[in-house]
Amino acid sequence: METIRKFERVLEIVEQNKRQPSRLIPILQEVQTEYRYLPEEVLTFIATSLGISPAKVFGVATFYSLFTLKPKGKYHIRVCNGTACHVKSSMGIYKAIQKKLKLHDGKETTDDMLFTVETVNCLGACGLAPAMVINEEVFGQLTPEKAERIIDGIIEKEAAYELDYHGA
Amino acid sequence: MNLVRNHILISIDSSTIMAGARAVERAFVDELLNRGLQDEVSVLETGSLGLINRGVVLVVYPEGVIYADVTTKDVPEIVEEHILKGRFVERLVVKEMPKQHVIKREKTGLLKEQPRIVLRNSGIINPESIDEYIATGGYEAASKIINEMKPEEVIEEVKRSGLTGRGGAAFSTGMKWDFARRAKGDVKYIICNADEGEPGTFKDRLILEGDPHKLLEGMLIAGYAVGAQYGYIYIRGEYVLSIERLEKAIKDAEALGLLGENIFGSGFSYHVSIKKGAGAYVCGEETALIESLEGKRGHPRSKPPYPVTEGLWGKPTVINNVETLANIPEIMRNGASWFRGYGTEKCPGTKVYTIIGHVATPGLIEAEMGTTLRDIIFEYGGGIKNGKKFKCALVGGAAGAFLGPDMLDVNMDFVSLREYSAVLGSGAILVMDEDTNIVEMLKNVLHFFRHESCGHCVPCRLGTAQLVKIIDRVADSKGKREDIDKLLRISEVMRDTSFCPLGQSLYLPISSTLKYFRDEMLSMI
Ligand SMILES: Cc1cc2nc3c(=O)[nH]c(=O)nc-3n(C[C@H](O)[C@H](O)[C@H](O)COP(=O)(O)O)c2cc1C
Ligand code: FES
Repeated sequence: METIRKFERVLEIVEQNKRQPSRLIPILQEVQTEYRYLPEEVLTFIATSLGISPAKVFGVATFYSLFTLKPKGKYHIRVCNGTACHVKSSMGIYKAIQKKLKLHDGKETTDDMLFTVETVNCLGACGLAPAMVINEEVFGQLTPEKAERIIDGIIEKEAAYELDYHGA
Repeated sequence: MNLVRNHILISIDSSTIMAGARAVERAFVDELLNRGLQDEVSVLETGSLGLINRGVVLVVYPEGVIYADVTTKDVPEIVEEHILKGRFVERLVVKEMPKQHVIKREKTGLLKEQPRIVLRNSGIINPESIDEYIATGGYEAASKIINEMKPEEVIEEVKRSGLTGRGGAAFSTGMKWDFARRAKGDVKYIICNADEGEPGTFKDRLILEGDPHKLLEGMLIAGYAVGAQYGYIYIRGEYVLSIERLEKAIKDAEALGLLGENIFGSGFSYHVSIKKGAGAYVCGEETALIESLEGKRGHPRSKPPYPVTEGLWGKPTVINNVETLANIPEIMRNGASWFRGYGTEKCPGTKVYTIIGHVATPGLIEAEMGTTLRDIIFEYGGGIKNGKKFKCALVGGAAGAFLGPDMLDVNMDFVSLREYSAVLGSGAILVMDEDTNIVEMLKNVLHFFRHESCGHCVPCRLGTAQLVKIIDRVADSKGKREDIDKLLRISEVMRDTSFCPLGQSLYLPISSTLKYFRDEMLSMI
């Protein structure tokens, strides 16, 4: 049932784009907005409905950095390590967040699927260096302490939500 | 009619929004309403004022006082003190601003201020209002051209202006248009390159956020001159506010008949739409961008054929940078000779820069072509932060060159820099003070290139991987003496054999680092 519904929405997106292989990138963008990642079976489904090979779809999906084939945490943190952020010690911020969430290179997502932490090259927010993005929201002029406080804020919010939802 | 005694102009751009600009704006509206001042004081939105890391920034007119780091808590005080009593709230007043003018150093050494070209409206008009753009003379050039001029005449004028591409390659814009106009094809395209992936660069973003109609007018004129029916804006997916403002601008222009079918009743039809990038630096390269627009991986094509004859879907296509196109309306409104009053004989006009790193007032500036690096850092950027010494500047983004103190007096324009094998590139100027670790900087640049190498050609794919291995070793103090020369040697081979400019351009940051800092690198061994 879950799967059928999944494909229905994908099919809708494909239809809205008139089944045009040339619109593959916008299609993947919309699908990812929907699922927050691109599941393998969905990619194969898209290939079939556009009449192109799965290899082509995977090729495109893996080429662009905004696409992801792995599920990400609810909060996707991207710490900028572009040159402008780098001179402002962005790696210190990255390391502080990793440490706080008990993550390391090779393990980017927390076990509870709440956070994924990665570095990126330039967010185009260099005026605010060092900067990071959590989902769509940009945070700038960070220090390791500021970054930790932002994470704490999210954890608190999530805990309160859990309590509301499951508590009493 | 109401007599408005004060205007409060709040900068709403991607960085001020983050600092809470919308909340401050609402707080002003509420505060004025509470005090019954809503008819006397107007609160307006505008683009970036050029100050980029100072929280919420706003100007109060007629005094023209600029406040920064404003929070909602400061709002009652500003209204009480400034608006009602005429006393400035000194602790928030900005004393040092990045220059809001184009400054010219006269032979006598004195500085003279001139109006800006590309950023003329930025931080002055409301970017979301087509009426305000029109009130500043917007769409005047386009309407005159489409009603009265032949496409060939437009191209002649652009050629005479001497405008060259601001996206890096500095090719004559008039010639590019001419090639595309003469190319055979029933369908032709104009593409605006707003991919801006060069680390440290965000000038196109601020141009778009501050004055989206200027770009649309530039694209409209380009479309008419070339004989194109469609225009695409290929924009970085992360530029959410730019995309929103462009979408609104396109809708508003269509509603007034400035885009779409039969523009100004001339029979000329032209449609503009937005295409969002999915994150790949190489897609800023024009042929990779075209591949991406066609729904493929962004691998560069071999040239020739050039896009002007065989571009998008094999049709004649002009690709221009945002800043290049944003120059067009002003050139056509004021004439080529007016434009040549700026800059140098060989490189007329201005250049928009983002100046960042260890400077006192990082910001968005527009300077004449030929302005010295010293003036840019010390006059526009307020000098080095905390009174430290200047070490070097990375000019032109990651694919640019490190310039040391001996280059401070070089003229910043395409031709002069070429003599020193440096480039203006994307217009990013990253200033580094004496405490900067240069090996770490180079390591950052090389990691960037390894990540962004598209994998299409062997020299670039393997070369970037090797370079990263070596620089990591050196940075860990595990390097060998030969490693330093190996970096140079590999980048030379890449320069000579890579398929596209991405792999070729690494030679520049590496060779320039070694030119200035060979000893510092050796000291890490
Ligand atoms: C790797 C690479 C990245 C580039 N990125 C951009 C970019 O982000 N924006 C841009 O306008 N030009 C970029 N260019 C230059 C374009 O290929 C092209 O020259 C330019 O868009 C032409 O416009 P112009 O004539 O107005 O400068 C890039 C080139 C290369 C090789
Ligand atoms: S370098 Fe970090 S936002 Fe540009």
